[in-house]
Amino acid sequence: MTGGATEETNHQQEVTGRIPGALGEEIKIVDQRSTRTLGRAATLFVAAGLLVAGCSSGTPSAAPTTAPTAGGSSAAGSPGASTGGGQLGGSVSVIGTWTGAEQESFLAMVKPWEDQTGAKVEYTGTRDINNILSTGIRSGLLPDLAGLPGPGQMQEYAKAGALKPLTDVVDMTAYSANTAPGLVSLGTIDNALTGIFIKADIKGLFWYNTDVYKAGDPTSYDDLLAKGKQTADTIGGDAKTFCVGLESGAASGWPGSDWIEGFVLRQSGPDVYDKWTAGQQTWTSPEIKQAFEAFGNVIADTYGGGKNANATAFVATGDKLFSNPPGCVFVNHATFITDAFKKTGGAKDGQFDFTPWPDMNPTFAGAVEGGGDLFGMFNDTPQAKSLVAYLATPEAQSIWVGRGGALSANKLVTNYPNDILKKAAAALVGAKVFRFDAGDNMPQAMQDAFFKAVVSYAQDATKLDSILANLDSVQTSSYTP
Amino acid sequence: MTASAATDSTTIVANRGRRTIRWRRLLLHGAVIGLVVIWLLPTIGLFINSVRPPIDVANSGWWTALFPPWDFTIANYEQVLARNGIANAFVNSVLITLPATIIPIAVASFAAYAFSWMHFRGRDWIFVVLVALLVIPLQTTFVPLLTLLGPKGIHLLGAGPGAFVAVWLAHTGYGLPFAIFLVTGYMRGLPKEVFESAAIDGAGHASAFFRLALPMSVPVLAALAIFQFLFVWNDLLVALMFIGAQNAGNLPLTIAIANLSTSLGGDWQLLMAAAFISMALPLVVFFALQRYFVRGITGGAVKG
Amino acid sequence: MDTRLVAAILIVVGLPAFLIGYILLIETLLRPVPERWQGRIRPWLWLAPALAFLGFFLVYPTFNTIVLSFQDRFSKAFVGLNNYAYFLSNADTLVSLRNNVIWLVLLTALAVGLGLLIAVLVDRVRYEPAAKSVIFLPLAISFVGAGIIWRFVYDYAPPGQPQTGLLNAAVTAVGFQPQTWLQDAPTNTIALILVAVWIWTGFCMVILSAALKGISVELMEAARVDGATELQVFRGITLPLLLPAIAVVATTMVITALKAFDIVYVMTSGNFDTNVIANQMYKELFTNNQPGRASAIAVVLLVLIVPVMIINIRRFREQEAIR
Repeated sequence: MTGGATEETNHQQEVTGRIPGALGEEIKIVDQRSTRTLGRAATLFVAAGLLVAGCSSGTPSAAPTTAPTAGGSSAAGSPGASTGGGQLGGSVSVIGTWTGAEQESFLAMVKPWEDQTGAKVEYTGTRDINNILSTGIRSGLLPDLAGLPGPGQMQEYAKAGALKPLTDVVDMTAYSANTAPGLVSLGTIDNALTGIFIKADIKGLFWYNTDVYKAGDPTSYDDLLAKGKQTADTIGGDAKTFCVGLESGAASGWPGSDWIEGFVLRQSGPDVYDKWTAGQQTWTSPEIKQAFEAFGNVIADTYGGGKNANATAFVATGDKLFSNPPGCVFVNHATFITDAFKKTGGAKDGQFDFTPWPDMNPTFAGAVEGGGDLFGMFNDTPQAKSLVAYLATPEAQSIWVGRGGALSANKLVTNYPNDILKKAAAALVGAKVFRFDAGDNMPQAMQDAFFKAVVSYAQDATKLDSILANLDSVQTSSYTP
Repeated sequence: MTASAATDSTTIVANRGRRTIRWRRLLLHGAVIGLVVIWLLPTIGLFINSVRPPIDVANSGWWTALFPPWDFTIANYEQVLARNGIANAFVNSVLITLPATIIPIAVASFAAYAFSWMHFRGRDWIFVVLVALLVIPLQTTFVPLLTLLGPKGIHLLGAGPGAFVAVWLAHTGYGLPFAIFLVTGYMRGLPKEVFESAAIDGAGHASAFFRLALPMSVPVLAALAIFQFLFVWNDLLVALMFIGAQNAGNLPLTIAIANLSTSLGGDWQLLMAAAFISMALPLVVFFALQRYFVRGITGGAVKG
Repeated sequence: MDTRLVAAILIVVGLPAFLIGYILLIETLLRPVPERWQGRIRPWLWLAPALAFLGFFLVYPTFNTIVLSFQDRFSKAFVGLNNYAYFLSNADTLVSLRNNVIWLVLLTALAVGLGLLIAVLVDRVRYEPAAKSVIFLPLAISFVGAGIIWRFVYDYAPPGQPQTGLLNAAVTAVGFQPQTWLQDAPTNTIALILVAVWIWTGFCMVILSAALKGISVELMEAARVDGATELQVFRGITLPLLLPAIAVVATTMVITALKAFDIVYVMTSGNFDTNVIANQMYKELFTNNQPGRASAIAVVLLVLIVPVMIINIRRFREQEAIR
């Protein structure tokens, strides 16, 4: 019993360090095991931690822990050191949108903190988080901590006085030094840090089947279109350059909003993008209309056309990359889609790769759009403060990253389990201009109308003008407080 | 001759009658079986897809799996059952559902009896207003209720088992309009004579209720039990609102099931297996209570 | 022992015992009260538990909703009828109202009609329990499951590709083009209603079947002996005696149709001209953070139900008169 615990604590500690990606597989296995033993007594771990303090070199991954901030903390040391740590006990309620495998990764991420502090994380994952939080803001029944749906909502909740500032809770020097400046400022309201990013993603990656597309990284967006078309023509039949899937239940249309945001950013630049996000750029303006039209051209060269795009679930977008014969050459999505490539597309590891969205206007070269998961605090209990401080550290974030399926907003986290994620993380970190998902930053009513507009436009491209005019009227009504 | 002719024609008529009866029986069985097949087909599709590899589900219709080469797997079921917290969520669902089924049945029967067999001013109007409450969207009730029950009010909600009590009471409140409507509709149809003769024999309302009204209403109470059980068992919203924010360990199966797939739709194939797992108990309840839906359960007392 | 279990046992055993005790107690207390007063007080005492629950969980929030419907989005300043004006002038509203009418007519007619038909038909076959269980099955399926089930029915693949949706496989097998069932208005609303019919027919069947079992066989046999055809027996005896039960299920279906929400929300999210009032309300409440506008729509729903309730009260009184 003690032996098992020893071994686990041992691995937990290694995860906190900076581990070469090749060892990711090993880390993954260990973390799964520690999730399974979630209920084990915390005291045991402290005892075990003392035991292993001097003998943590039993495995091949005995790399020295080199993370500069708190990376050197031993297993018996305190992940929540910045707020005192020690035996807190009690519990902290957390709500987030992460479900399924994401939920297991999040629980694995907080596990060392639980073991350390003796406090328990009561996590509820739900996609109906909006209902709970918007009801909670008015009724006062809120969890201690929450993964916030987006920066837009964070602003609203903070304005309502529900979110507590985190400036004195997290290690501000370390957080601002290691997190992309754009993300730090997105979480800041009136000079007070209100939301931290515990996970990030890069949008606008063009995925392809390595057995089908062999023309290399395109030099420009036009080059991508040309090479894609050429490949599709070689395949023949019904094959087209793109596959698009817009169906996503109540959020249907969001994949198309990512397309359009990508066009706005790369065609018209970050200034227009920011004005548009803030509601100061009309939808009928030439810049936004141009982006919609570029998306219209994508739909026109999409497998099955707009009707099929609306009928296809976004998770199934990539299935036709791997069918025989293939239905399309490129799929534009974030890294999460690779999971579906393997499960429902039948792709093997190494059978797919991506090329980043090429520049469209040289003035705005290197612009990248991304997203991320914000975390905020509603009740400043000692447990909640300690957990937030812990989640902001690279040690905590490297746990999720090591399990796969996430990129970190923190530069110090590099233990990606495979080359694809490593490449995506490099594209995220190397961005000259980084912009957050515009839709997630708009008022919810605006975002909702945006999604619906994408669906209507894909269904009937001739209605573009009336669709944009309607978005303008939503813009006028939804931005006013 | 005339006599024999007459006999012949009677035989023919009788034969024809028997033949029409046989035709009718055939038509009856055809109609019932046809409807049953139509109703079952979508569910069969889900079941077959739930035992196929996800890649097959994405690329071919479920009916193709019926022909060789067969390729079935129970991996989805194994994964669902192995998920952390599924068993705990199942227990929670039972603990939420049983009280939330029994309390409204008890409360609704008293009210239905009063609406059926007592006379008082404004009775019909009160009844109709109560039924009209059915139309209220539950979403609009959450803010005022959570304010009263939560930290700004009596602190019933929050960490601890208090949220369970709140969910039982809430489901009772939400379920009562339909429960009262259904049971009253039935109790009013019970024969007047029975209650009148009981009154003459000196029986009070308490004994009329427990000895006559309640036993005679068994079929409708069984139907109500089934529906209330189902509504609560399949509820996601109320549980999420009353338990969700603070009591992750007390959440029911519906939420655990919705959480099997990731927020980005990964592993959605697990939901197919989960749908069948969560359906098991309601079906047992239906089978168990179905024996109360047979003719003559009311001892022939019902007017007609 | 688990505190949840203790509490559940206490409630399951304790609460009914408490309620029975309550009835016996009030009846004992009423005994010395003069007869005239008994008749006045007793109904209210019997109704008290129900009124307490309903008052707290539904009536109080409804008053709150009515007040909110006249206030701004922060629930502070009063804005008169602005929220109602917004709802009525919204471009979606007309589509939603039209769709709700289609829902109301089709769902009520089909669910009640099929429920009645099935209840009467299965009454005559020996495998009744099995057949009823099948019709009942959809009610037992959680909403998540139902959504996936119908995806496998309405799924679309471009022409020439293998169809994974049952309906399009059937359509293409007989030589037609595959259809995007959930996208092509106005048939997509009917496609959504059929899902609701599939779910709710079992509900109507169970209640109507229970009522059917209450009709005495002797009466029907007597009619048959007198030479009445099956149709005459049905129209002359069965149907009139089932009317109260039919009224109950029809009213419930009308309300279900007015409140129709989750099927639309999950399958089309109100796109492609399938929006309904309850979906609009949900969006205003949770997506747009406009409690005032959402409350106004909830109040409109309450008003729409008034005619149905007037019909019910009339039927209620007629029933009272003939019994």
